[in-house]
Amino acid sequence: MVFLGGQVLPGNVGRAILGPFADQRAVDALNHSLGVDRPLLVQYGTWIWNFLHGDMGTSYIFRAPVAPFVIDALGNSMKLALVAFVLVVPIGILGGVIAALNLNRPLDRIISLGGLSVTVLPEFVTGIILILIFGVWLRWLPIAAAWPKGAGFFTQLYYLILPSLPLFLVLFGYIARMARSGMIEALDSDYTRTAVLKGLPWRTVIWRHVLRNALLPTITVIATQTGYLIGGLVVIETLFRYQGIGSLIFTAARGKDFPMLEAGILTIGIVYAVATLVADFLYSVLNPRIRLGAEQ
Amino acid sequence: MTATDTPASLPAPSAPDATRRSPWGEVLHSLSRSGTFLTGLFILLFWVVCALFGQHFVPYDPLESDIINSLTPPAADHWFGTDQLGRDVFSRVIVGSRDILTVAPLATILATIAGTALGLVIGYFRGIVDDIVSRVLEAFMAIPVVIIALLAIVALGTSKITVIVVIGLSFAPIIARTVRSAVLAERELDYVAAAKLRHEGALHTMFVEILPNVIPPILVETTVRLGYAIFAVATLSFMGFGIQPPSPDWGLSISSNYGMIGGGFWWTVLFDALAIASLVIGVNLVADGVHGAFND
Repeated sequence: MVFLGGQVLPGNVGRAILGPFADQRAVDALNHSLGVDRPLLVQYGTWIWNFLHGDMGTSYIFRAPVAPFVIDALGNSMKLALVAFVLVVPIGILGGVIAALNLNRPLDRIISLGGLSVTVLPEFVTGIILILIFGVWLRWLPIAAAWPKGAGFFTQLYYLILPSLPLFLVLFGYIARMARSGMIEALDSDYTRTAVLKGLPWRTVIWRHVLRNALLPTITVIATQTGYLIGGLVVIETLFRYQGIGSLIFTAARGKDFPMLEAGILTIGIVYAVATLVADFLYSVLNPRIRLGAEQ
Repeated sequence: MTATDTPASLPAPSAPDATRRSPWGEVLHSLSRSGTFLTGLFILLFWVVCALFGQHFVPYDPLESDIINSLTPPAADHWFGTDQLGRDVFSRVIVGSRDILTVAPLATILATIAGTALGLVIGYFRGIVDDIVSRVLEAFMAIPVVIIALLAIVALGTSKITVIVVIGLSFAPIIARTVRSAVLAERELDYVAAAKLRHEGALHTMFVEILPNVIPPILVETTVRLGYAIFAVATLSFMGFGIQPPSPDWGLSISSNYGMIGGGFWWTVLFDALAIASLVIGVNLVADGVHGAFND
């Protein structure tokens, strides 16, 4: 089981990504190569650190150092991604759990089919439709994610709801599906049967026995979706004219602003690695089997 | 290389019918009774017909502008209204299926051929080749397609061929992984051992003995990938890196018109968005049906 857990974890994948990713970009920038087979994240982190502190390059277009642009954009993107995540993780898990508890009944079908349909649609399509409904027809929400300067937390949040919805919809399908299949498997297991047969109340069985086991794979999925989320951000930030890392990369790519492009993509690489690491950590905290394996 | 290539890639399940009638007949039978599959097929065929013959039956030339009648709302003479150059939106939506239904299937075919060949090789030889190639493939899979495409297109310039190659190659690893796991199961079977005893070459064993037996997962993966390819092509066109003007392509139309939706010109983007949504959902329904037919 410990071995299987190690196989499922995206940890080594994440490390592998940084190799080729950095290779292509970094060779141009620093003439410094980094192989796929150098898995030491710490080593890589130090290198990134130097890169950040040293010369990130000068933007061709803005004729100014790249770093402030990237840091600003990253902050904005984080806000957007955070709003989407905070909304989607509980609701997605809840959706999956509800679907699994109502297996093959209409509610399950609605959640599964609905989740699947919105997941397969491109973000800009759901984005456009949502803009039309909430921004143009109902006029509930602003259609551009550019809040007035110095806006407070809630004003910013208000401007971020619409842009985060397309991301929410795509992620909802994945998370709900994982939570659903995890739940089904856990509900079907011997330990659940044992718990029920020992006379524990249904509620306790669900909370203490089923959910804990069912949600483990879901956490891994949420972490792997960070990669997707970055791709989605490029599209969403363009659509909503939001100054995030995605639109930064997009603008840099269109304007052939290579230092900006490289810095943006490296930043994404770092974010991805951190997310993977956090997922590994969370997984081991929640899964005592892995923890024990490590101590032996 | 026109839209006439498109249909050939779609009804693949019937192709090897003559050689192995009973299992394939069964699959066809279950497909013909699957509501999901038939609904999806109907939507898909509708758009294929539009792509092939649309230009002959649409009321207006999709590229002809009529500035005096620009931005008129939907009415009897322009069912879906007109865009900012006075072009008929209905005609553009119908004919707009053409480019995406050329580029996406070609990309999928490229991905399938490359992915199958790669998957067969790494699944058959295993060992160090498999280890190295698999890690590299995993790394590629974790990078969002949008980012890969952005970089490739910045480097290579925009053209339909670039889009096909970029999407094809970024999807190939996923198909390779599917084929690899199918081959791993097959290579332990007696007929493979028999082929080896007959001193058949590795190429013969892979492509003549194993390949026909791993067709079902390949077909399922291909239909799923077609949905994602449409997703990717539409997104790239929306970002300005895909299909180029003056094509009436949907993603492209949305990108040139969505800036005005704040002014209430909803008809210039809504119908294109719905067209993309229907095509993507249609293909996914087909994929779902094919998956179900092979896994029952």
